[in-house]
Amino acid sequence: MSTIVARVFVTPKRGILDPQGKAVENSLHTLGFAEVSDVRVGKYIELKLRDVARDVAGARVRGMCEQLLANGVIEDFRIELDGSAA
Amino acid sequence: MRWGVVVFPGSNDDRDTLRMAERTLGDEAIALWHKDRDLHGVDCVLLPGGFSYGDYLRCGAMARFSPVMEAVGEHAKAGGLVLGICNGFQTLCEAGLLPGALIRNRGLRFVCDVATIRVETSDTPFTYGCRAGELLQLPIKHGEGCYVADEETLARLEADGQVVFRYADRAGRSVPEANPNGSLANVAGVCNPGRNVVGLMPHPEHAVDRLTAGEDGLKLFRSAQAWLGRRPSEARREATVVPGP
Repeated sequence: MSTIVARVFVTPKRGILDPQGKAVENSLHTLGFAEVSDVRVGKYIELKLRDVARDVAGARVRGMCEQLLANGVIEDFRIELDGSAA
Repeated sequence: MRWGVVVFPGSNDDRDTLRMAERTLGDEAIALWHKDRDLHGVDCVLLPGGFSYGDYLRCGAMARFSPVMEAVGEHAKAGGLVLGICNGFQTLCEAGLLPGALIRNRGLRFVCDVATIRVETSDTPFTYGCRAGELLQLPIKHGEGCYVADEETLARLEADGQVVFRYADRAGRSVPEANPNGSLANVAGVCNPGRNVVGLMPHPEHAVDRLTAGEDGLKLFRSAQAWLGRRPSEARREATVVPGP
């Protein structure tokens, strides 16, 4: 088994206030990017997994997200393994 | 009584909290190192303010996995008293000991000010000596103090009287202008369903001296003393609750 690269995208849940996203959106508007709306600022986390089968890796990373990487009260997460959705 | 103040790497109000318990209250107070799995028989656990683990990932996200938090969880489950202040409140939410979460202030700025908060219920150990509707002036200093919860959770908190403190103006009205951080429904502090775990963003431990920030914060700690020392006949004392938000 080789190394798997997992990419985790953590984003604020819909309906949860995202003041950072709002501020970025306002700045983009100020810069003349009037077409921009609904900016959401999240986190990107990259992990390397050693000696784990691909079918197990997805569940492992999901466990990491649920326990630590994301807070289910305010955030959603999405996982990619080696560049494709898990 | 014996107070325990948890010290995480990055806590910075732990000394003030210990000092308050020892010098102002005249009680015994011990520091509980985050790697300690034993609470050493404390009656009340205080989780202090600060920036535990550098606030990395999310405020309180890492602190909740400290060995001491397992003991704090057991203490809470057994009905023991726990008060989380600022970063301590964030940690209790992350640990699932309190509902909801705290996110970046709506204005994106760190706020450092004195807030007026309204006591919403006297039915917790930390507001036992207060009247519902009573106003307290307490310092606030935080960047991530905006309380959020999903609609269902918030409705349940309101219905069950788990909103313990709300930001209010000097007249006691919980209006948007009195909200320093964008918290839902002006929530400044909540409790768990068992009412023995309370968290709030303002700092009662920094308002225990007339020379600095007043003495309103003392009411929370004196309440806990009175609650623990109450006679069984007083245990069912009628609690007061502010009707609705």
